[in-house]
Amino acid sequence: MLMINLILILLVGGVLAVLSEKISDKAPRWVALGVVFFALLLMLNFILGLDKPQLYQIPDPAAPERWLMHISIAWIPAFGIAIELAMDGLSLLMVLLTLVLGAVAISASWTDVKTKTGFFEANILWTLAGVLGVFLSLDLFLFFLFWEVMLIPMYFMIAIWGHEKRAYASMKFFIFTQASGLLMLVSILALAAVHHSNSGQWSFSYFELLDTEMSAQTAKWLMLGFFIAFVVKLPAFPFHTWLPDAHTQAPTAGSVILAGILLKTGAYGLIRFAVPLFPEASADFSGIAIVLGASGVVYGAVLAFGQTDFKRLVAYSSVSHMGFVLLGVYAWNELALQGAVMQMVAHGFSTAALFMIAGSLQERLHTRDMRKMGGLWQNMPRMGAVAMFFVIASLGLPGLGNFVAEFLVLLGLFQVDPWITVIAALGLITGAAYSLILMQKSFQGTPDPSRTVSDYGFREMSTMTVMIVALIVLGVFPQPVLDIAQPVLQSLLDLTGNSPGGIAVISAVDSASVEGIYQLEIQ
Amino acid sequence: MRDMIWLIPLLPMLSSISLMIFSGRLPKTLVAFMGAGSVALSALLTLLFAVNFLNNPEPVQLTLWTWIEVGSFNPGVAFYLDGLTLVMMSIITGVGFLIHLFSTEFMQDDDSYARYFAYLNMFVAAMLILVMADNLLLLYLGWEGVGVCSYLLVGFWYQSSDNGKAARKAFIVTRIGDTAMALGLFLLFSELGTLNIQAMGEVARTTWQVGDTMPLIACLLLLAGAAGKSAQLPLQTWLPDAMAGPTPVSALIHAATMVTAGVYLIARTHDLFLLAPTAMMTVAILGLATSLMAAFTALTQFDIKRILAYSTISQIGYMFLALGVGAWGAGIFHLMTHAFFKALLFLGSGAIIHCLHHEHDIFKMGGLRTILPVVFWSFIIGSAALAALPLSSGFFSKDQILLSAYLMPGVGPWLWFGGLVGALLTAIYSFRLVFVVFFGSVKTKPDNSPGLRMAIPLTVLCALAVVGGYFTIPVAEVFPPLGDHHPAFWVEAVSIAVPIVGVAIAYAVFLGGQLKVDGLKNATSGLRQFWFSHWGMDWLYDRVFVRPYYGLANLLSSEPLDRLYELVVSASQKLNQYLSDTQTGRMRSYVGSMIFGLIFVLALSLGVL
Repeated sequence: MLMINLILILLVGGVLAVLSEKISDKAPRWVALGVVFFALLLMLNFILGLDKPQLYQIPDPAAPERWLMHISIAWIPAFGIAIELAMDGLSLLMVLLTLVLGAVAISASWTDVKTKTGFFEANILWTLAGVLGVFLSLDLFLFFLFWEVMLIPMYFMIAIWGHEKRAYASMKFFIFTQASGLLMLVSILALAAVHHSNSGQWSFSYFELLDTEMSAQTAKWLMLGFFIAFVVKLPAFPFHTWLPDAHTQAPTAGSVILAGILLKTGAYGLIRFAVPLFPEASADFSGIAIVLGASGVVYGAVLAFGQTDFKRLVAYSSVSHMGFVLLGVYAWNELALQGAVMQMVAHGFSTAALFMIAGSLQERLHTRDMRKMGGLWQNMPRMGAVAMFFVIASLGLPGLGNFVAEFLVLLGLFQVDPWITVIAALGLITGAAYSLILMQKSFQGTPDPSRTVSDYGFREMSTMTVMIVALIVLGVFPQPVLDIAQPVLQSLLDLTGNSPGGIAVISAVDSASVEGIYQLEIQ
Repeated sequence: MRDMIWLIPLLPMLSSISLMIFSGRLPKTLVAFMGAGSVALSALLTLLFAVNFLNNPEPVQLTLWTWIEVGSFNPGVAFYLDGLTLVMMSIITGVGFLIHLFSTEFMQDDDSYARYFAYLNMFVAAMLILVMADNLLLLYLGWEGVGVCSYLLVGFWYQSSDNGKAARKAFIVTRIGDTAMALGLFLLFSELGTLNIQAMGEVARTTWQVGDTMPLIACLLLLAGAAGKSAQLPLQTWLPDAMAGPTPVSALIHAATMVTAGVYLIARTHDLFLLAPTAMMTVAILGLATSLMAAFTALTQFDIKRILAYSTISQIGYMFLALGVGAWGAGIFHLMTHAFFKALLFLGSGAIIHCLHHEHDIFKMGGLRTILPVVFWSFIIGSAALAALPLSSGFFSKDQILLSAYLMPGVGPWLWFGGLVGALLTAIYSFRLVFVVFFGSVKTKPDNSPGLRMAIPLTVLCALAVVGGYFTIPVAEVFPPLGDHHPAFWVEAVSIAVPIVGVAIAYAVFLGGQLKVDGLKNATSGLRQFWFSHWGMDWLYDRVFVRPYYGLANLLSSEPLDRLYELVVSASQKLNQYLSDTQTGRMRSYVGSMIFGLIFVLALSLGVL
């Protein structure tokens, strides 16, 4: 029930936020924050109640009742559609990330939204509800429903509270995601139809649809439907062009949720659905996906370097970082997948923080144009130091979460394709270039003596501290996250037989050398 | 004691973190105590450990926790301390402490006192992790950590965008090497199944034959990382610009410790390099070439810090030469003596700059011999060591390198000869600096003189630069033994004589006036310009890499891909227009199209079409 409760709490919380505007303009944000914290508490309570073996048990798709949570309520029995929600380690991590960044997003837009505050906070909560639904649904029809649900409040957030080009940006966002979502709907329906013709039964359950037999040609087209929907959301090169506009125009909370959480639904979809439902087709396709991923890494970094708009630069950096996720997923071995999952979490924090800084700058300077900034460290040393931290995190300093992610992805990818790894590794250099230029143009350089701006206060610093601590913990003690993801990734690897990319890591190691290590350890 | 070694990097790190958190709210005295005190404690612990280790020279292995465990990939936050590590730790904490002490006075008037010590402490912590790591991933953490601290400190005075540019250049150029090194790590893990340095050596010896391709590729990738960090060809261009940072930073990071990390890396992974003779030859040749190029450039510079920067590049070139010919111990020995005398020279130049209203141009200095005696003696001792004059510390270490190079079969004498030319140039440019700055007439009057906190580190480093050559470093167990050969007597004699000749030339040109070089100067002005620009490398890289990259970013910045999607938009707008045109509102066209449609459908259903 917890899973349904979480979603309901956020949905109802949104209604409460709208109603609370009647009391005061400031009430909705407190309501929203309270609702998210309540959901977070429920979730933490659940996690603390789990015992270790349960948490680290491999989530066997054949026995969904042995997952961390599983619930299935008939909804439209005629078509085998059910309200089927389930949670394993992967969705657990994603749900936690969603709720924490949800709270961050509410804090990020604490003061910059001044009109229709009730409806604004409601849209945040409803987006979060949709995202939780996406991370928890294992009925494909329900999954699609939530996929659309999270889209609409986000559209409103950009269209109503966005910046100067909000109409264009929100429409572009909507059409890109909607059109690609329709392709997925077609694939879902076709997959269910194939399953029906095979077994004579209608079902949209993930557990039923796994291992559906079909011709290679059918599998390829159906896989593509899922793939395109997910990589548009991710976003992967060349489907990313909606993202810089949407991010730049969205209000701060919108950017935080978009970058921190919404993009991860695309990555999650690839890992959960696109590859496991169509393992062979995905294997055949992995070469193209990896090329797209590496292109995204480099292309996003080059474009980020050329931007003059602070937010647009951060937006393109997301394109580059999410390229690593695509690489990790399609290298499809344990190292790379762990890297991809870690990147989803770490990038969530680092980019959310950078967008929050962008929002704070816009609120104070009324511009995002870096040509009008410079020397801001002098005026706002605390914000400067925080920005420096996240810039360094985003360029992948070891000891912070993003490094663990990118290193594992590249290490895993190297086992599959060393040459593409070389190209993707260029992202480490170009990443440094755009990260440092961001810092230079905004916080370093000659200060403007006539500028008077206020530095970060308690609310902002405490929000930032949460994310700083998160990134350090992820970078220095990543093991808990890796351990939670491990059984899931193991089950997925088992499910797909072997990796689409090819070699398992251990086979690359000479047996003689393994023996050598063994002897050394014994010594 | 041995279980407490983790405290050594932890203390400066804690100090750094507290300085960051309380930045700006602590009195300067407390900041100074935390900054310099934490490193002093680390130095003390290192000393205790050194005593313990020298009594019982058994390497220490200490795992704190497993950092990342995925499948068989399980690097730990784990330390491995042997004689080599001990030498490095002593330099980092010892010289590091002296430089911190010097900084407490040097940076006294700076508003960002706490920020300075926060960065400097973090650097020491990262550098310690780099040398203490038992696996290449943790080493890489320290490696990147010192890079970031270097970036932060070069750009410490962020108000000037030139400093920012120098800091970015330093970071990005070294990042190119770092990325190659990361690829090396991927390759090593894929091939050997571990990143633990000791285990890697064992496995590599059983898996690979001497001369195989895999160890060659792996070593070349590691070498690229080392060349970036240690400012060697072709990645040396960042170091002279990095002089934009405060001078004690140049002494600590860009002379004594971080820039020698590449030497440490190659020495640490010597098991792999021994399997790749071609890679070792590359190390030697790159080192020698860099050394000569930088020495020529140092001859033509007039900014005191840039002279020292090029000299650092040149001296690290000697260390690479030593590594390349397999004289691992000699390379590390030179690393140590160089840390002493180059830190001394940098701190000395810092004292001059501090006392001379931030003057950098040596030709605007002069006659400082009597006015700043402590600095003068620092420079005499430091330059003597740098020029490898007999009995100085630099003499012992450089002599070992040259003689080992000579003994290398085949190309040995050529390497020796090249090194000798470098030694001649080194003696000339280092004493050119001494004669111009300290002799002759006073051109700029100092407005203050160094206080105790600057004089003490200078004095201690003077002592080390003199006696450092008599130290024995405990690396005999670490490296394979060298054969006990000695070159002919004349080789030794020439090696000793050449630096003295260099000093004499410098004297004759810059002080005594016996040698008139104006004619030569005019004749070679083009060549000197070429050397001054460091062989046009910045110019070349600017044209080949920097500008094209800016151009590409500019070209793409408006997102050309969007034009593609705009085509879809305009196509549907066009279609919309055509279809709306059919909405004429005229009855006859509707009736017409209805009849046409009816006929079409009928024809279809009757199978006519």
